[in-house]
This record gives sequence, structure tokens and C-alpha cells, in this order.
Amino acid sequence: MKKGTLKQILLITDGCSNQGEDPAAMAALAKEQGIAVNVIGVIHDHQSDDSGIREIEDIALAGGGISQIVHTKQLSQTVQMVTRQAMTQTIKGVINQELQNILGDHETMEDLPPEKRGKVMEVVDELGETVDLEVCILVDTSASMKSKLPTVQEALLDLSISLNSRMGNNQFCLYSFPGKRHATNKLMAWTPQIDSISSVFTKLASGGITPTGPAIREAIQTFSKTSRRSFLSDDESFYEESGY
Amino acid sequence: MMNHSMKNQDINLASGTMITGKWHGKSYQVIKCLGSGAQGTVYLAHSPAGRVAVKFSKDRSQATTEVNVLKELQKVQGEPLGPSLYDVDDWVARGRNISFYAMEYIRGLPLVEYLKVKGFDWACILMIQLLKDLERLHREGWIFGDLKPENLIVSEPGFRIRWLDVGGVTLIGRSVKEYTEFFDRGYWGFGHRKADPQYDLFAAAMILVYAAGRKRFEKQQDSKKQLLEYIKNHKRLSSLQTVLNKAITGKYTRAKDMRDELLQQINETSSPQTRYYNKPVKPSRKMQQKRRRRKRGWMAMLVLGVFAAGLYILYLKLYVM
Ligand SMILES: Nc1ncnc2c1ncn2[C@@H]1O[C@H](COP(=O)(O)OP(=O)(O)OP(=O)(O)O)[C@@H](O)[C@H]1O
Repeated sequence: MKKGTLKQILLITDGCSNQGEDPAAMAALAKEQGIAVNVIGVIHDHQSDDSGIREIEDIALAGGGISQIVHTKQLSQTVQMVTRQAMTQTIKGVINQELQNILGDHETMEDLPPEKRGKVMEVVDELGETVDLEVCILVDTSASMKSKLPTVQEALLDLSISLNSRMGNNQFCLYSFPGKRHATNKLMAWTPQIDSISSVFTKLASGGITPTGPAIREAIQTFSKTSRRSFLSDDESFYEESGY
Repeated sequence: MMNHSMKNQDINLASGTMITGKWHGKSYQVIKCLGSGAQGTVYLAHSPAGRVAVKFSKDRSQATTEVNVLKELQKVQGEPLGPSLYDVDDWVARGRNISFYAMEYIRGLPLVEYLKVKGFDWACILMIQLLKDLERLHREGWIFGDLKPENLIVSEPGFRIRWLDVGGVTLIGRSVKEYTEFFDRGYWGFGHRKADPQYDLFAAAMILVYAAGRKRFEKQQDSKKQLLEYIKNHKRLSSLQTVLNKAITGKYTRAKDMRDELLQQINETSSPQTRYYNKPVKPSRKMQQKRRRRKRGWMAMLVLGVFAAGLYILYLKLYVM
């Protein structure tokens, strides 16, 4: 298999968009272009089941990614875990596609006997370690997120430590939303290492709007500019649907 | 649905439930639940080969990864490193494929519990055992990864430390995917998460830090300084400061070196904590007073030193070697 680049959008938000396109639709648009959308919902301690959480799950479902709701404290570990799991998920999707090409229509990794499954998993692990990765990080900096931003910042530095411990190359870029003139605001252009964001979150526009959908749309644009070959082809069936 | 892969339902099996593997046809009868964690649930079960631990994972690829690791560990010569692996299979229940594996049931007390009832001295002895096993693992080109008390058990009889959860075992040179903040070098700012022996040795030192205070704590602003200061000022840790600092700052490239120096340090230190093993030779009141007056009377030192050393040699003979 040719090794390309895994592309992800990592959205960190507390939910409840209120401007522009439906974020789930924009996530689906990303998925169509081989970009998985993962969402981390940072919630308040007293916030429970509401439309915000629903939105977070829908975005990830539509974007072929993973969502996870966390309290601010567990953010660091969650960010790296979600990114990792999403990588594995994408890789497995591609491998299952290959398996189907070889073995016939309905074979996936899970239909193999345990011994063979173990072998396939080694390949998945190997790819997860060596594949190149591009993550566009989208941080919701609307007023309700303000108190969480120092933790978000720490979590992103931590993500950088984790991913840069891999053998594959990484590229990160960082956008916040809402922006001043556009939906988003560029905080950091594509760079292999997140190590200098200590100051970026200081210049925040905390207005009342949360244009999550338009922000995802703009995030998609950042990828085409990097002109890299995608790990996924434009065939969305790579995401297999079996539950595990 | 993939999105919920992190939130799959817990499996909940009643005692007596029969589980039969789809591929290998072996049967297991559930006795009781041994414990469950973020990744899955482990049951004690009857099998034709005797009692076994059966693990059901929420995430099937996690299970496959763990099985791969257990197979690798089994290839390492000498005392078993992880639980021995007996069977890997799928169980078809309610139209669902649930993957599981059966492994050796390790009877004993989880390290967390053990540390609650035993003194810090035991933590040091167990650490010396652990370092020996880590040395063997590292020589095979792997590291443990998610090294923490929850993943260790003190087996009975024999008080030998054994590994429970090997899901974090990682090839040297690859990235550590599973870790726990308090025991993680990256969290404290002492380095990356690329697997090297130093990564495990950092965690090993942190197990002692945890054992001494029986608690985890969070990092503060200057996390590196905070940790080193904590060790320096802690009454149980200060005598091990040299070894711990070296482990934490990545000065040991081999578990064996850390083990040797820890062993030597423990042999040399007769701290008040080590003395309580030594009830029969507790110095008389008069002697204690004299000692206090002279700060550290050499006689008492000698008597205690000899006894402590003797006792340790005995312990080491019995449990470590
Ligand atoms: N081989 C074994 N012998 C005896 N007890 C075991 C064995 N394996 C697991 N257990 C018990 O089951 C518990 C859960 O096992 P394990 O830690 O493997 O689960 P997990 O879901 O991977 O947990 P974690 O959240 O730590 O990853 C352990 O804490 C231990 O008490």
C-alpha cells in the first residue's frame, strides 16, 4: 500500500454553534475530501445532556471522526487519545478496503480468525507509527470557552509531544474562531511542532457568535494549500461501519 | 458506529455464564468478575485447563494489540513476564461478535492495595524485582510503557511482582500511546514519549514517589523543579534521592544500573523505617538515649546495620533473586 498523509481537523469547542452552515454538513464535506473531523467537547461541570453535546457527536459522525466529551481537567490525555484513535480508525478503514479487494465483498479485519487479525493489527500499528499526519486544530474561543483556554493550550503542547514521538512526520496548524473578518483567525501556519503557542491565545475576540460550520469550511481550505497527497482517496467507503 | 468506539457498553456476565469460542471451540464458565477498567472487563473462569482469567475488551483492536504483546512476552526466556496467554477467540452472543482472550490467572494483591498495607520498604524490594524484569524486557527491544501500580500485582504465594495490563508495551523507538499522567515523563516535562528504557525508568521512580506518599499529585508551574524538590524534602524519598533523580532525569540507560544502585542504596540506608522489621534487636531505652545524646552512636549503628543488612540479604535471597 502506498503511504500518504493522514488528514484531520481537530475541533475543540463547547458546542452550540449559532452562525452559518450546519457544522455537521461541513464535516461531511471534509470527509468527502479525505479529511476526518474529530471533535472534543469541553463542557462545564454542571452542563449535562443538551443540544451542544448532540451537535458535537453529529459533527464527528458526519466527519468520519471521533468525538469525546470531557471536563476541562482530562483534556490533555483526551486530545492525544482522540487523535490517535482517529488515525487508527482511518488506517483500518483503508486496510479493510484492501482486504475487501483481496478477499471479496464483506470481509473486514473482524471476520478474520484471531491469528490473522493479529498480523493485520501489526500492520495497522506500523502505519499509525510511520504515516505522515496533518492536523488542523480549530479552537472555539467564544466567550464561554475563555476560562478553558489555558488548559486547551497545555493540551495542544502535550499533543505535540505525543505525536512528535512518532516516527512519521507531523504538520500542525492552529485556527481560532470566531475571527475578526473571516470565520476563523489564523494563530499558527503549518508547522511541524507546536511549541510556541504560549502567546497566541491572548489576542482573542470573544464575541457572542460561534460560527462552527464556516470555521470547518475554512479549515478544509488550509489543506488544499499544503498540496499533499491524501492517505484516503476520494472514496468515502474506506470508512467501514462495523462497530468496534 | 465508529464514533462511539470510546463509549461501548460494558459487558456484564453473570456467574455461571458459558462462553464458547467461535474459532477454537474452547469453553469457559464464568466464576466472577475480577475487575474492569477503561479498556474492558476481566473475569475469573473455569476452563478444561483449570482456572483462567478471561478478558473482554471494549475495543477489539486493543484486544488484538494486547494479544500480540502477550505472545511476544511469552518468547522471552526465564520467569514469565506477563500472564501466560492460553486462547484468543470470538464469542458470538446476541448476534454480536465479542472478542476475548484467556490468560493465566494471577492470584495476589494488586500493588495499589499492597502498598496500602505494607510499608515503603516493601515498595523498594518490589521495585528491585520489577527492575530486573524490565531489564529483560528492554533487552528484547520493548518497553512497558504504561507502568503504574494499577498494572502490577503482587502474586501470592511468593510476593513476586507480576505484570497485569500489558496494553502499553511498545517497541523501542516507537511512540508511547498509552500512559498515565503522573507516571509519564512527558507530563512532567522531562522528555518526549518516544519509547526508550529511560521512559520506563522514569515511571519506575514515580512508582516509588507514589508509594512513599501514597498519593498522586498534579504538576505546577515549574513541574521539573517541583518534582525534584518533592523528592528532596520527603522523609522517605530523600535517602533515595540520588537514584530517583538519575532515573527521573534519564541518566540510567539500563534498568540494571538503576537496580544495582537502588539495591546498594537500600543496603546502606538504615532509616527509621527499615528498623521496624527488626523488632527483636530494637535497642534498649538506655541505648536509645545514649544514641540520641551522641547523635548517632557507632555501636547502635553497627548493630542495626549488621541486622538490617542480614535481614535484607535474607529478603533478597527469598524474594528478589
Ligand atoms: N491475569 C489476571 N489475573 C488476575 N487478575 C487479573 C488478571 N488480569 C486482570 N485482572 C484484574 O482485572 C482488573 C482489570 O484488568 P485490566 O487492568 O487488564 O483492565 P483494563 O480495562 O485494561 O484496565 P485499564 O483501565 O487499567 O487499562 C485488574 O485490575 C485486575 O484486578
